[in-house]
Amino acid sequence: MESNPHQLTLTPEQKKARRQRNVAIALVIGCVALLFYAVTIAKLGPGVLNRPL
Amino acid sequence: MSVISESGGGLDIDRLVSVARPSDYVALLKPRVMSLVVLTALAGLLVAPSHINPIIAFASLLAIATGAGASGALNMWYDADIDAVMRRTRLRPVPAGQISKEDALAFGIVLAVLSVMTLGIVANWFAAGLLAFTIFFYAVIYTMWLKRSTPQNIVIGGAAGALPPIVGYAAAAGDISLASLALFAIIFVWTPPHFWALALVKSEEYRIAGIPMLPNVKGPDHTRGAIFAYTLLLFPLGLSPWLIGTASLVYAVLAVILGAIMLWLAVRVYYFRTGSRAENCARQLFAFSILYLLLLFAEITSEHIGTSLIPS
Repeated sequence: MESNPHQLTLTPEQKKARRQRNVAIALVIGCVALLFYAVTIAKLGPGVLNRPL
Repeated sequence: MSVISESGGGLDIDRLVSVARPSDYVALLKPRVMSLVVLTALAGLLVAPSHINPIIAFASLLAIATGAGASGALNMWYDADIDAVMRRTRLRPVPAGQISKEDALAFGIVLAVLSVMTLGIVANWFAAGLLAFTIFFYAVIYTMWLKRSTPQNIVIGGAAGALPPIVGYAAAAGDISLASLALFAIIFVWTPPHFWALALVKSEEYRIAGIPMLPNVKGPDHTRGAIFAYTLLLFPLGLSPWLIGTASLVYAVLAVILGAIMLWLAVRVYYFRTGSRAENCARQLFAFSILYLLLLFAEITSEHIGTSLIPS
């Protein structure tokens, strides 16, 4: 495959740092989603189970 | 993958592609300051008379901690020029070139907005407003204005560091009380001797950086007197949570012991003014002042943790 002279090629260090940042962002977003789910349940309280079907 | 034209001229590719690791962004949050903020905010949250759900309490603390981290990031964005010339701070992510100033600013603003919104949603908007004010006070009033313009910078700016117990209390109770004000007062009066002890040791670095710390403007002897005066005032203030009925006698005994040790160390700083002994005394006071605040707030937290989180 021909290399594109206008394409930026990342160094292994840059690739590794980017991958670590991506994993960290994914973990943080996942934890925040879980936290908001738990807070929602906590705010709704036990009454959420007693609603009419 | 980004495609960048090399013919565009003058593009610095190393600047465009970040090599920052997650640990660099964690460093931007000033995690050690953050841990003290979490402890003091937890104390404020627990001394509130109302019961708070542990999940709501945890989420509120996380929001307050994130707000503190945002303040740290905004501080490192604005102070990058100062940090670069001081030995204590030159390895921070922005002066070390790991994170650009623009990224630090964006990170700080995003975290500030998210932390305030989160606290508003999970706790209440009064606490969120107080958190927003705390971030604004630290980033704008202290960092951008006071720090570079007056030797009283850390006295007035200390209010930002003292606010977390008030924010924590407001998250639980929705208002401000004498108990939260007592905790605020302790941290507020504790801040000047804590930072001035460090400034005595690092006065040359502050001079090079152009920061008008008290030892550089009024001289080390004046600073020693001010350290002693604030530490003297801190002694009775340390007892105030017990005097207003927020803390037990065990707390009072601890406050007397810790207050006496801190006062003794401040007296030593006042008397030993030259040579390595003077520097050691200042270092000892700085180190012990951290322990003082840590132990007092850990004690008050342990007293209330059972009663506040578990409904009676």
